[in-house]
Amino acid sequence: MTVSQVKTALPSVQVRRGYKRFGSTQALDNIDYKLLPGEVHGFAGENGAGKSTLAKVISGQYFLDSGSLAISGKEYSNWSTSIAQKNGIVLIAQELSLVPQLTVAENVFLGVENHYRGILKNDLSARFRELENQFGLGVVGSRVVKSLSIAEKQKVEILRALARNAQIIIMDEPTSSLTADETEKLHSIIKSLKSEGRSIIYVSHYLESLLEVCDQITVMRDGRIVRTCNAKSETKTSIVASMLGREMSQTFPKRTHSSIRQIAPKIDIQNISTNTGIKDVSMSIYPGEIVGLAGLVGSGRTEIARAIFGLDEITSGNICIDGVPYINPSAAKSVAMGLALIPEDRRAQGLVMVHSAKKNISLPHLVSLVKRGLINKILEKRQVIGLIEEVAVNPKSPSLPVSNFSGGNQQKILFAKWLFGDPSLIILDEPTRGVDIGAKISIYKTIVALARRGAAVLLISSEHAEVLQLSHRVYLMSRGSITAEIDPVIETEQSLLFKLFGLKEGGEIC
Amino acid sequence: MNRFLSIKQLVSGKAEAPNSKRPGFSKFIREYAVLVPLVLLVIVLSFSSDSFFSTPNILNILNQQTPLAIIAIAGTFVIISGGFDLSTGAIFAVANVVAAWVAVNLSSSILGLLTAPVVGLVLGIVNGIIVTRLKIHSFLATLATSLVYRAVAVLVTGGALIPISDPKFSILGREKFFGIFWAVWVLLIFLLIASFISNRTVYGRYVPAIGGNSEAAELSGIAVDRVRILVFGFSGLAAGIASAIGVSRVASGQPLAGTGLELSAIAAIILGGTSIYGGVGAIWRSICGVYLIALIGNGFNLLNMNPLFKDLVTGAVILIAVAVAASERKGR
Repeated sequence: MTVSQVKTALPSVQVRRGYKRFGSTQALDNIDYKLLPGEVHGFAGENGAGKSTLAKVISGQYFLDSGSLAISGKEYSNWSTSIAQKNGIVLIAQELSLVPQLTVAENVFLGVENHYRGILKNDLSARFRELENQFGLGVVGSRVVKSLSIAEKQKVEILRALARNAQIIIMDEPTSSLTADETEKLHSIIKSLKSEGRSIIYVSHYLESLLEVCDQITVMRDGRIVRTCNAKSETKTSIVASMLGREMSQTFPKRTHSSIRQIAPKIDIQNISTNTGIKDVSMSIYPGEIVGLAGLVGSGRTEIARAIFGLDEITSGNICIDGVPYINPSAAKSVAMGLALIPEDRRAQGLVMVHSAKKNISLPHLVSLVKRGLINKILEKRQVIGLIEEVAVNPKSPSLPVSNFSGGNQQKILFAKWLFGDPSLIILDEPTRGVDIGAKISIYKTIVALARRGAAVLLISSEHAEVLQLSHRVYLMSRGSITAEIDPVIETEQSLLFKLFGLKEGGEIC
Repeated sequence: MNRFLSIKQLVSGKAEAPNSKRPGFSKFIREYAVLVPLVLLVIVLSFSSDSFFSTPNILNILNQQTPLAIIAIAGTFVIISGGFDLSTGAIFAVANVVAAWVAVNLSSSILGLLTAPVVGLVLGIVNGIIVTRLKIHSFLATLATSLVYRAVAVLVTGGALIPISDPKFSILGREKFFGIFWAVWVLLIFLLIASFISNRTVYGRYVPAIGGNSEAAELSGIAVDRVRILVFGFSGLAAGIASAIGVSRVASGQPLAGTGLELSAIAAIILGGTSIYGGVGAIWRSICGVYLIALIGNGFNLLNMNPLFKDLVTGAVILIAVAVAASERKGR
């Protein structure tokens, strides 16, 4: 790999006494931060700790209320994304910002096309080939971005940064939707970028990733930097302790004993198939039981949830709820019967972001709040406040728009929304995705409490520790079918992974 | 914006941008932006024209705009639900000629006027069914149905007017009741009902939820399609009621009545700060939008200004209002 142009002075970032405030929250509080050339620097912290805010200050999306920002020793009193890009700083955001209808090459060179007085030169594919030869990420330039997987889109974003000769690349939660395999590839790309002298800021909830790929890790809490440390001398536990300001004694609450199996299952699924790829799936969940559903991304876990809830058509087989056949399922019927679904994407499917926490929480239950045709607003408020307390939403403001809460608290609001109706069957699709450890612990408690109340819980999660520690039984899925039912008590994360990849115990994972 | 810590900030340990927006202020802008120009205009017109702040002039302005205001009220629901209704002008025309035809041929003025809302409701529900069953974006669906509806109105009348000679037919549009025009009473009742639906009923919550995130609404167990059909039905009903007032006022059914009414209504709703992206908005602000535009027109008349500039000024006011709303959104 060749270093095309070594800049005369490699850029590095320094923030001094940085403050940033949003409304009543102090998002950044007296930040002193330094990024060295050729360094991979991780940001760790709970949701709302200020990681993304600091990243966005450096990339020009936000401007410090006070304090100074210096790039390669030069202070900038006027800072924006375009000036940041001119200085070789590019942010790759959590929500990727590609134009889906354009090809990979068109996206990569968007805004930096070669042209003669506005007329494009026909050199796009040649330039793309040059870039690919240099970095070798293995993406095809002529493919339309819409058809790519998330991991491939991320590569396009990285290429886009490289096409602008970015010297500092900021990645905000790059692995949250990647499989283990894809994460590995991303990490090797990061290492090769580093070897060329580029700096990378890596913001992530995945501590394993941070520890593996970073040189330095900065831990943040409540807008402040707790400490910056050498990644080699750290462990997951030591970082979590700094994030929380306390030792993480026990992440998972005690499993409830559901051995008191009642005679009838809450839901009995018999040989269902769908057009979305579910093939001949049978399973049952008893009241008070947490049943895990483990499988790789794309194995059909979400599709099972959608079929049960009446969102996708069932082509054969049937579902019985409380022993009664559930005919022509629909979301409205499911909710009326006391079923609840916490979808995998809370922003797109779970919450009305522009509305208040209160309106979101009471939305499915308004009919129960109606007296003589009117919504009883006093009762509504009382119920909502009780639920906000129960799931520990912070801040406890029912009238604040959901978009103003951090990701973990949005997820808690989504739980509160369904706790309202006291569901008898609740399907959780990736309930802790993109959520910080503090919120995770409180969500786990909520899940266990739900089962204790007698609800049947279907837990879909890519975090195997979660599935194994919380569930009473676990089904394994692969290619739309259930391949095994396992006892989570005797399995380890590693043995589960072996089974999912179809490997024998003691074999090698490549 | 201040980029460096001042001595004072260093001492106090706190840093705050001097001109940082307070959350209360941006909320105020969002909710009451439309009132500011409206009140200013009332003050300016009161001082610059003796005849402006007189009861007859105020009553006349209120009365003239009742059809548009009624359509804008229901249209606010449509836009909050994330949709558009471009067919209200055409529904207005169909209801117009049907009402006149019934009044003449069945020789009952009251029956004629009552048919208009029914026709509007039916055509609105047809819109809703097309949008939900055929899964066509409401902008396109209602653009198409508006052409169809208008063509029906022209075809059944052969393009001719249907005059109504019965003086009772004109009471709704021209007469007063307790000193206030009948049409204004209708507007007030319609406004009360719509506000009530919006603030106190389940549907009033479902409509913005669907506009804000229809997938989340569906997963919450809301019958999204049924609510959408009702929203378009309500919009059609409003166009029908507006049409009854209009046809009564001119005492003749006109197949080309209400042309452009749909865009005036959307302009007033947008001026009131309702988001075209759905999810947020308020009925009373749309009413303010209607009367803000009306007052601009009234001002041109009273002050003897060149009426050719009226649209120019109205357009500029809408642009400014939308720009203020956009800058506020960006600032958050």
